[in-house]
Amino acid sequence: MSGTLRRAMQRTMAIFHKGKIDAELDRELKTHIDLAVDENLLAGMSPKEARRKAMIQFGGVQQAKEKHYAVRGFPLVDVLIQDLRFALRTLRRDMGFACIAVLILALGIGANIVVFSVVNTILLRPLPFADSQQLVWIAPPNSGHDLSGSTYSADAYEDYKSMNRSFSGLTAYYAFSLPDNLKMMENGVLKPLTGIPVAGNFFQVLGVQPVMGRSFNDLETRTGGNVIVVSHSFWQRDLGADINIIGKPVTMNNTPFTVIGVLPETFDFGAVFSPGEKVDVFAPQNMDNIRNEGNTLAFIGRLKQGVTLQQARADATELFQKFYSNKKYANSLGVYKGRGYPVYLKDYVSGSLQRSLIVLWCAVGTILLIVCVNLSNLLLARAATRTKEFALRISLGAGRVRLVRQLLTESLVLSSCGALLGLGIAYAATAWLSHQGSIALPLISSMHVDAAALGWTVLLAIAVGLLFGIAPGLKMSSGNLHESLKDSGPGTSEGRKHERLRTVLVVSEVALACVLIVGAGLLLRSFLHVLDIDLGFKPASAAAIKVDYNDGGDMVKRAAILQNIQERVDQIPGVTFAGFSDNLPLERNRGWDGPLVKGKSYPPNYDHGAYIYIISPGFIPAMGMRVHGRDLNWSDGPKSELVMIINKKCASDLWPGEDAVGRVTSFQGKDVRVVGVVDDLHESNVEGVSGWQVYLPMTQGDWGPEGSELVIRSATPVTGLSLPVLKTLQSINAGQAAAPLRPIQSIVDHATSPRRFFAILVGIFATLGLVLASLGIYGVISYTVTRKTQEIGIRMALGATRERVQRDVIVNTLQMALTGLVLGSVVSIAVAREIRSMLYDTQPGDPATFAGTVLLLTAVAAVAGYLPARRASRIEPMRALRND
Amino acid sequence: MDAKLDLLQGTLDTMVLQTLTVMGQMHGYGIARRIEQVSGNEILLNQGTIYASLVRLQQRGWITAEWGVSENNRSAKYYAITRAGRKQLEKDAAYWHRLTVVMGRVLKMTIGEI
Repeated sequence: MSGTLRRAMQRTMAIFHKGKIDAELDRELKTHIDLAVDENLLAGMSPKEARRKAMIQFGGVQQAKEKHYAVRGFPLVDVLIQDLRFALRTLRRDMGFACIAVLILALGIGANIVVFSVVNTILLRPLPFADSQQLVWIAPPNSGHDLSGSTYSADAYEDYKSMNRSFSGLTAYYAFSLPDNLKMMENGVLKPLTGIPVAGNFFQVLGVQPVMGRSFNDLETRTGGNVIVVSHSFWQRDLGADINIIGKPVTMNNTPFTVIGVLPETFDFGAVFSPGEKVDVFAPQNMDNIRNEGNTLAFIGRLKQGVTLQQARADATELFQKFYSNKKYANSLGVYKGRGYPVYLKDYVSGSLQRSLIVLWCAVGTILLIVCVNLSNLLLARAATRTKEFALRISLGAGRVRLVRQLLTESLVLSSCGALLGLGIAYAATAWLSHQGSIALPLISSMHVDAAALGWTVLLAIAVGLLFGIAPGLKMSSGNLHESLKDSGPGTSEGRKHERLRTVLVVSEVALACVLIVGAGLLLRSFLHVLDIDLGFKPASAAAIKVDYNDGGDMVKRAAILQNIQERVDQIPGVTFAGFSDNLPLERNRGWDGPLVKGKSYPPNYDHGAYIYIISPGFIPAMGMRVHGRDLNWSDGPKSELVMIINKKCASDLWPGEDAVGRVTSFQGKDVRVVGVVDDLHESNVEGVSGWQVYLPMTQGDWGPEGSELVIRSATPVTGLSLPVLKTLQSINAGQAAAPLRPIQSIVDHATSPRRFFAILVGIFATLGLVLASLGIYGVISYTVTRKTQEIGIRMALGATRERVQRDVIVNTLQMALTGLVLGSVVSIAVAREIRSMLYDTQPGDPATFAGTVLLLTAVAAVAGYLPARRASRIEPMRALRND
Repeated sequence: MDAKLDLLQGTLDTMVLQTLTVMGQMHGYGIARRIEQVSGNEILLNQGTIYASLVRLQQRGWITAEWGVSENNRSAKYYAITRAGRKQLEKDAAYWHRLTVVMGRVLKMTIGEI
């Protein structure tokens, strides 16, 4: 075996050292002849005779060399190298053609590598955890974006952990942490950071091993404590990549924390659990601290070996009815009945994107088909001009197989060059995409062109090369030798067979482009409709900043502090409104049992959830929301009557057909008066419908705001206000972290970014498809006209008018285009049905999209046909006839 | 004169190995001449074909080659058999002995022996 291997190695080496080996062989053979001559001379021959005899004894020198080649190397490889050299030489001679072909291929293949990388990163590759196929996400079925509705209490966590029979480990993280909830002094500036409390076993269950230090121990798991595990990027960026960091203190929020571990680079919490956000530090969650906070924990489990998802679901169904929301309250038993439903973590993370990604993949595949058709066309045209060359080569004894191989080598060289360039494009594009923090797609930050993508590229290059090379190759070598040699080349129309093949190519190109444009059109229209949605607030010219203050839990003090901040900020030129809220729409949300009509009797255990926002006066106008009744004001204090603002949906559900303002509700065991009604807010997602919303004052009822975002509406561009606002806040509180204002629009953009991402990508592909298709049509028609120069000349000499000639060419083009459009429309209808679920407020058969596509493609075809047609009509009959 | 014997496939390699075993280091011309002489000029050997055989044996690791100087002062490539080559020669020799015996028997076969 090793002998075989060594031979193969030596044979391969022989290919590369051809020159040296040849020289050595020449020397050796020369010695051989010389020795023979010497011997013959000794035997008494004349010098001439001695040499002649020596040559006879030796046999043919050339034959000996050839045999030597055959034994020492791979003759097939030699031929291949020969083919390659020839292909490169031919292509170099036709530089313009080669450049265009490579460019088109690079665009097509590059787009394919990018999309493959996206699909591979999000869909195909397992999650970046050990044995990630065993990980499950536990949440109520269809809980969607409702954060309180998809989390559980600390008591439920502990019961589930001890009672379940399905998991080798169950863990949780605190789902209500806000971005930038910590601050750290760095170079004299308070820098915001994001920290998330996790159950102590979080990293064990996920199978993530710190690269340095350890994760939390039993004591820290039970009691919490000031220890943190930090992300790799945080360690590199903010801790100076200190390799002795373990055990050192880091001060955050004026509290020293000890760094006990650094996580591996591959672990990115945000990429998996909250796309588009970064998490810097992790602290152990002390369950006792959140026992009274209700639903705060998101659950992740690792299935035991051999336990199926179905078994875990059955287990959960049986157990969840036994859990308490809070064991202090016996009546909270059973609130989770039917609300525990494990799904694979992978499905939770990327399942909803599957269809979009597959559509994207198909779109980009269509591009590649169009590219192939285009190149087939180009090669066919080129092949036609080389018919004579090939006929000559065949008649001189070249084998047909060899000729086909030669042509395929050429197309493979083209496709390989295209793939190489495409790879460069893809590298740049994926690097760019993965650094777009604003794209809320899971795992996208870890995207790069990896080994799988390289393999895909090789596969594409070969498949594409064969696909577009095979038709011209076969046609070329199978042509009638006699005819080709006799044929005078350009001038007459070609046989019907030729014409038909080209028609098929044009028709399929138009059809493919049609499908792409219809698909992109539908997605784009959906996206535009989404942008048009009335969110219930006006994101433009509003911005938010997280504000720190210390009120010691005293509501009166809080009111004074907040009012002071509001007044100071209001004085900044350009600020029209300013107000606080603990949560912002489309970000973190929280649900409580909603208000009920006071005095009305409800069935026992009746509850209707509501989204709760705890706000200050000024927040509602700052968000650009309209209020019926009145806004909160600073006199709504701890001593005055409890008040609330509710949304229209809540109001009309509680008092159908009546005005809710002034009515009294029973809410959280208290009487609260409704003082205002606002428009429905898209609180948790842009495309869904709103639920009940309740706005409560920060200064009343001890509702307990969780953090505070200051929202500012301004008459001038918001970005210009960053500095003055920050200065004002820091003059009030030196502990204010330095962060820029966040435009509210960016929050909306973040929420719509997946749709934007897909719409824009498909849009780009459709444009690319359109350009390629029009180039293709133009190329074919233009080529046909050139081929027919002589024929057109004859027709004109016989009396055909310029208009007639021109019309014939255009009509011919439009006929092909229309056939393609009919075919494409049929396919488009089927495709549109398939992507129905991705559309928003747009029918799959949207007449505008279809009509627009047909018009666009017809116009493009008309232009692509008109240019050659004009050329045809300018042909001078006499010159055309004289021309060979 | 009778036509010379054509070389059977693979026989030349064995002859080269045997020649090198007996003669020690040798150049291509020497090997070719030696084989011609020993065969009593009965083999049809184009001396040039020996070089294909030599490169094949080299690739298999049965012989080694290095440049040296011949007795009449010409620089020539000298070949020597390796240990693996000797082993291979033993196998080949045994094979040829068995084959000649069998061929001899088969060709001496008469009607009576059926």
